[in-house]
Amino acid sequence: MTALINNLHHEGAREVCRAHNDRPDALLEILHETQKADGHLSDEALVTIADALNISRADIHGVVSFYHDYRREEPAQHQIQLCRAEACQAVGSEALAAHAEKKLDVATGEKTADNKIGLSAVYCLGNCALGPAAMIDGKLIGRMTPERLDVLIAKLMGAPS
Amino acid sequence: MADAIKIFVPCDAAALSVGADEVADAIFQEAQSRNIEIDIVRNGSRGMLWLEPLVEVQTSKGRVAYGPVAPGDVAELFEAKFHEGGKHTLGYGLTEQIPYFAKQERLTFARCGVIDPLDLKAYEAHGGLKGLGNALKMNRADIVAQVTESGLRGRGGAGFPTGIKWKTAAEQNADQKYICCNADEGDSGTFADRMLMEGDPFCLIEGMVIAALAVGASEGYIYLRSEYPHAASTLRKAIALWEEAGLSGRNEDGSPRFNLHLRMGAGAYICGEESSMLESLEGKRGQVKVKPPIPAISGLFGKPTIVNNVLTLAAVTDILTKGAAHYKNFGMGRSRGTQAFQLAGDIARGGLVEKAFGVTLDELVNGFGGGTHTGKSIRTVQAGGPLGAYIPVSGFDVAMDYETLAQSGAMLGHGGIVVFNDSVDMARQARFAMEFCEIESCGKCTPCRIGATRGKETLDKIIAGEDRVDNLQILDDLCDLMTDASLCAMGGLTPMPVQSAVKHFPEDFWRAKGVS
Ligand SMILES: Cc1cc2nc3c(=O)[nH]c(=O)nc-3n(C[C@H](O)[C@H](O)[C@H](O)COP(=O)(O)O)c2cc1C
Ligand code: SF4
Ligand code: FES
Repeated sequence: MTALINNLHHEGAREVCRAHNDRPDALLEILHETQKADGHLSDEALVTIADALNISRADIHGVVSFYHDYRREEPAQHQIQLCRAEACQAVGSEALAAHAEKKLDVATGEKTADNKIGLSAVYCLGNCALGPAAMIDGKLIGRMTPERLDVLIAKLMGAPS
Repeated sequence: MADAIKIFVPCDAAALSVGADEVADAIFQEAQSRNIEIDIVRNGSRGMLWLEPLVEVQTSKGRVAYGPVAPGDVAELFEAKFHEGGKHTLGYGLTEQIPYFAKQERLTFARCGVIDPLDLKAYEAHGGLKGLGNALKMNRADIVAQVTESGLRGRGGAGFPTGIKWKTAAEQNADQKYICCNADEGDSGTFADRMLMEGDPFCLIEGMVIAALAVGASEGYIYLRSEYPHAASTLRKAIALWEEAGLSGRNEDGSPRFNLHLRMGAGAYICGEESSMLESLEGKRGQVKVKPPIPAISGLFGKPTIVNNVLTLAAVTDILTKGAAHYKNFGMGRSRGTQAFQLAGDIARGGLVEKAFGVTLDELVNGFGGGTHTGKSIRTVQAGGPLGAYIPVSGFDVAMDYETLAQSGAMLGHGGIVVFNDSVDMARQARFAMEFCEIESCGKCTPCRIGATRGKETLDKIIAGEDRVDNLQILDDLCDLMTDASLCAMGGLTPMPVQSAVKHFPEDFWRAKGVS
């Protein structure tokens, strides 16, 4: 990161910190809220947060890299998360994921070339009796099939950006 | 005018995932167009998940169930006068007489699916707040004694006696103590915490306030995994309603005497391990810490801290309501009370079964669960989450309690049971166990961090047919090393699914290359 530049500032992130009284123990919440607003965690945001909470930039990097939820890159417009944990494996999640990769022409963890759809793996959505489970733009879906996924993908592709 | 007909449509995430909102909308529209006055209640789930969306209608005889209902069924249901309990092919009669439900022993989940989760009046009408009322009349030691006598053990997986933990925390002298609820529920095949938080959140909050009274804590946290946005929104509202009603007491400035916060995790399985969770609550990397000190002596911010699972704390509410003896009466051996078993994977009747300890795996999987959803035959179940053993069908007569399972080389964990049909490739499942450990290891100790990667590579070789005799030996040695030398159960138990797969399904590790 461009940590050498000291005057990076991100007003939104500063505000979020203030709302949490600049408490270091609220770091995960602050990162969540900042990422929600921006879609990802930018250098500017991280430097601003580190300064506001009075923690080192190394520490904040340690935290951001530890947790799977945090993104340093801008995400695609839409997110498809497929559960890849055991209970969903038992009802065909691996074949479903392979189908999605082929359909979107991306590997899991990547996004389509037009930046429309990101495909990622998640390990359990708590819907294990109605698998395969998926989360599409935050909406939980049970008993997913390749056919239903195709319909949903077509919708996302056609959705105005 | 006659009272509006009460129709229940769950707002539980599992029900929503198969269209409960759309069904509620359709019922509302259809009732309007037919000029029928109804009152739609969004309840939690009854746990009969294969019937979701399960719609219930209040009748003079009790609640009548219909499921799984699709929006397209709604007009027909009205034609059949379902709003008066009329007959329809989706009908199951009285909900509480459905055998799956009737055969359960619902203590912790007694209200789940029955009431609107955010209706405090309904909560109280169904027995809520009695436990807290009783606790308020007792001294600290007596509350702890009730929990100890009930025989309650931690439902998060380790099964540690809750009373002992509370006693330790209660005995500490400190200016601040904390109650931390572990709602990280990361195990695949488990959803009981989620169902309770979405279906009866006050039950959890009541248990936390009782814990606070018992040990003298004024601050509490619920650490919830970020994969549970529905539970988060329900809990936020529930905490606000609870505090507005003054149920956590009030300080002179009007603030609640027990200050409860909701904190979200960020997608790390290891943060369910208690020391990792406490680090995460402090805003740090979720690295596991060496014990001692135990959290009850030095936990969050170095203060005495109770860490308990959602279901442990929810069980406390029931124990303080009905007394220790009532709870203790259920169960067998040193496993007292009930366990929320969760039937998942390829299962015909997946869902939540709350039963006294001692029910057999066969009764759960074949009796309650009705075998597979696909109609294929069952090959194995994985019990107790991703760190639990694979159990072959020949082992299904095992009684489900902590000790009996441990003796048979398996574990109960958080009560998840994942069913696999005969198309499963156990070498792939063993490989996944190692891969999961590789992805989720906190990286603190070598046996786990390096061992998982080496284990995955070794399984790749075995699957590819390379030097199988040698590589199976290497895998076994590696598993023993991980079991013995890992700092926590992540690395320490990953060998359990691996070695149980090799032991019970050796043929899968000897398949011809490319054949699965
Ligand atoms: C890798 C790992 C993951 C765990 N995940 C959870 C979890 O998601 N929820 C939970 O309550 N306990 C989990 N535990 C167990 C906790 O460390 C701890 O024993 C428990 O929260 C204590 O509460 P209880 O006594 O009420 O069970 C996990 C343990 C390990 C080693
Ligand atoms: S066993 Fe794994 S998860 Fe546990 S402390 Fe060691 S590296 Fe971390
Ligand atoms: S394993 Fe997929 S939702 Fe739980």
